[in-house]
Amino acid sequence: MTDDELIWRIAGGSGDGIDSTSQNFAKALMRSGLNVFTHRHYPSRIRGGHTYVEIRAKDEPVKSRGDNYNFLLALGDSFARNPQDEAYYGNEEIKPLSENLDELREGGVIVYDSGLLDASEIENFDERVEENDWHVYDLDLRGLAKEHGREVMRNTAGVGATAALLDMDLEHIEGLMSDAMSGDVLEANLEILEEAYESVNEDYEHTHDIRVPTGTQDEEQVLVSGSHGIAYGSLDEGCRFISGYPMTPWTDVFTIMTQHLPDMGGISEQVEDEIAAASLAIGASHAGAKAMSGSSGGGFALMSEPLGLAEITETPIVLVEAMRAGPSTGMPTKPEQGDLEHVLYTSQGDSNRVVFAPGDPAECYEQTRKAFEIAYEYQIPAIVLYDQKLSGGHQTVPEEVFDEEPNPDIGSVVTEQDLEDAVQEAGRFKRYMYDDEEGSGLGGVSRRSIPGQKGGNFLASGNEHNEVGHISEDADNRTIQMNRRMGKLDAIRDELAENADHQPVYGPEDAEYGILSFGSTKGVIEEAVDRLNDDGHSVKAMNVSDIMPFPKDEVTQFLEDVDESLVVEMNASAQFRRHVQGQLGRFGEKLYSLLKYDGNPFEPEEVVSGFESRLGGDADLSQYNVRIESATGD
Amino acid sequence: MSAFNAIGEEREIDRDEFTPEIEPQATWCPGCGDFGVLKALKQAMPEVGRTPEETLLVTGIGCSGKLSSYFQSYGFHSIHGRSLPVARAAKMANPDLEVIAAGGDGDGYGIGGNHFMHTARENHDMTYIVFDNEIFGLTKGQTSPTSPKGHKSKTQPHGSAKQPIRPLSLALTSGASYVARTAAVNPNQAKEILTEAMEHDGFAHVDFLTQCPTWNKDAKQYVPYIDVQDSDDYDFDITDRGEASEMMQEAEDALYEGEVLTGRFYHDEDRPSYQQEKQATGDMPEEPLAERYFDDDYEWERSYDLLDRHK
Repeated sequence: MTDDELIWRIAGGSGDGIDSTSQNFAKALMRSGLNVFTHRHYPSRIRGGHTYVEIRAKDEPVKSRGDNYNFLLALGDSFARNPQDEAYYGNEEIKPLSENLDELREGGVIVYDSGLLDASEIENFDERVEENDWHVYDLDLRGLAKEHGREVMRNTAGVGATAALLDMDLEHIEGLMSDAMSGDVLEANLEILEEAYESVNEDYEHTHDIRVPTGTQDEEQVLVSGSHGIAYGSLDEGCRFISGYPMTPWTDVFTIMTQHLPDMGGISEQVEDEIAAASLAIGASHAGAKAMSGSSGGGFALMSEPLGLAEITETPIVLVEAMRAGPSTGMPTKPEQGDLEHVLYTSQGDSNRVVFAPGDPAECYEQTRKAFEIAYEYQIPAIVLYDQKLSGGHQTVPEEVFDEEPNPDIGSVVTEQDLEDAVQEAGRFKRYMYDDEEGSGLGGVSRRSIPGQKGGNFLASGNEHNEVGHISEDADNRTIQMNRRMGKLDAIRDELAENADHQPVYGPEDAEYGILSFGSTKGVIEEAVDRLNDDGHSVKAMNVSDIMPFPKDEVTQFLEDVDESLVVEMNASAQFRRHVQGQLGRFGEKLYSLLKYDGNPFEPEEVVSGFESRLGGDADLSQYNVRIESATGD
Repeated sequence: MSAFNAIGEEREIDRDEFTPEIEPQATWCPGCGDFGVLKALKQAMPEVGRTPEETLLVTGIGCSGKLSSYFQSYGFHSIHGRSLPVARAAKMANPDLEVIAAGGDGDGYGIGGNHFMHTARENHDMTYIVFDNEIFGLTKGQTSPTSPKGHKSKTQPHGSAKQPIRPLSLALTSGASYVARTAAVNPNQAKEILTEAMEHDGFAHVDFLTQCPTWNKDAKQYVPYIDVQDSDDYDFDITDRGEASEMMQEAEDALYEGEVLTGRFYHDEDRPSYQQEKQATGDMPEEPLAERYFDDDYEWERSYDLLDRHK
């Protein structure tokens, strides 16, 4: 654990402005040339209840939330004091302080609002402070805020105190405040910021070592979440139709898209349920638009039926699945990777879809674009699978990642000339043509027409159908149509493999051991790999983003090259490991799972310890909520 | 621009253009009321003046869902109860299409009840035909949402304890701006009503009584019909919600007592369609969204221009 980084945690009650304050603070750190990674922890509750946001800032690239943290700003939960119903709210007043102590590093800083929090209520507080060499600053942030404006502005007072204690320049924070507000509110906030800053400098001796690192990034960066990546990737692919029903954490993508679509001449529809949402995307796509929908676990379950419809009618759509902890409603605001098999195999019959699992916001952007391209070129549903951690967590990304040309191509569609020719030659257009020689083209794809095109009329049927779209139960036709649709996956696998950056490996090429993962664990594993190699181990990692079709060759190569591999995932039943084994049909003897499903994302140290526990030594895992499991079969 | 060159084509349209080269008898039983819907729809199309290629017919599942197989146009044979969400999005993506949705009483009032309520509420400019034969046909005769109370079937051997759905009243309260009931045995009225429904600029709901000779021989689809507009016994203003509602209640009560009242029950020509409402709030483009993908000159905006807020 190094302290060339700041991991700042702001804690308080939901609804107290923790999120917006942390966003601004994170941006201020980015503007001072640092790389930033944010992690949100919040309860499934609107107001009150313990919540925190962690911001990790470092001059080096930051890929995860890091291990624990070193600076606590404990604000107090104003809703814990709600006098209306003590029985319900209970005594949560000291939680912003008490709940966060376990993860505070040795030598860490505590700033707490003595106007709302009473440290003497916490058991053994002074002893713990001494033991851990914590540096405590108690400030009446509430009083200061009240004096100059309103109580809620105590966030600003906390940021001012933070800036003083870390020797930060107030310039960036003030700039961001001026962008966000004006008039009396701005005035009051600036006053509070400065007064807190000055009073800390005047009244307190700074006894701690932690300072904000010096930022040297001169590359233009933006602070975005995975949901922004997905939304922006969609927009750049010309997606102008989205339909959805609110569900955490999918709502992030839905609302970002809805903010922009009307101004971009697009359409966003909030509809009655997720069956409708996916069906609307199908209807819009059938009529010629680029369309998407999405949900989280429970809502995606409702989309199972339209998903099958999109497959058999070969209507391109992109669905987003933002995983949260299940089963059923599970833990709505906590991340998990437990919907993998749900997404891979849900719906009727033999599954036939494309699934991408990006690992960070930049990949969210790139792979969503890829999902649209593949969906429209191959007329197949594509799913972008990510989770709550990536959905709301922000990260600095080079601006140039988004500097790509739009691609509004709607894929394999006929032209009017094609239709004239088809009608002349065959009497009518064959939408589901299966003779390659007659132009059905790449990998089982037969081009489609769009309603309104002359000579192109056809029936898109959810029943098995013949070449012109009529319902058919003919055995030969069935076999051919199934083969044609299923065959698309092989063609897509080949196309994806052509990309030079396809499934990159992180770490030394000739490493002895491997770590396999998918999705949002990417960054934390890369950090763990660096640490393990620094400690004398020999490890490399592969974060698989193409889940279906599975990159069999690349993963086989990776696993052949190592003695053993850990498979790290956030679920209890090792779904990804089973998927790897199922796709490759081997390697059971080489694979060990490291599983975590307590509602919190992995920290690098857990991956390091997991690795050492199984493959390189005998680390003790008992302090973590993780589990090692060996694979079955071979 | 001629992205969709079949749209708006002005020419003489023949009802036979809507007949595909297949045998409709393939799945509908002899004497089935569904033939009447198919026929009436084909007859109405030339009256409305839309060609097969500018028409999109979206159907659900069941015997009624096969309508799209026997009707030549752009078609989408979707899933049970889901014709409406597919249809309304297609209409939003390209409002120049003539969009018709169709399904049965189980499809539309049972499994798709939620979509029915919301599509009517939004008042999408489309026509929704519900084949109402008071029975599940293709699954071999189970009680449906419009089966009368006491109806006995294999799944309700002691007789259904449920009151039937009241489709006309439900459509009206949900917000449909055109509500009518017609019947397969009444082809002239059916053609007229379907024509009017398609020409109506809003959500037009047509409860289409169809006989099921195989599974529901007792239903009153065989008894004589009374057209509420043609009969002197009924006098009400079809543009007045209150009067229309009372008339619907009467028709719905009478149906299960053996008197079948059909005709137009409600017609609101003033209410803007959903598309118009959405365009008025700036949430929907004036030009069909779908055309843009065929326009090489269209300037697509980039997400890069949105990044300022993230700096």
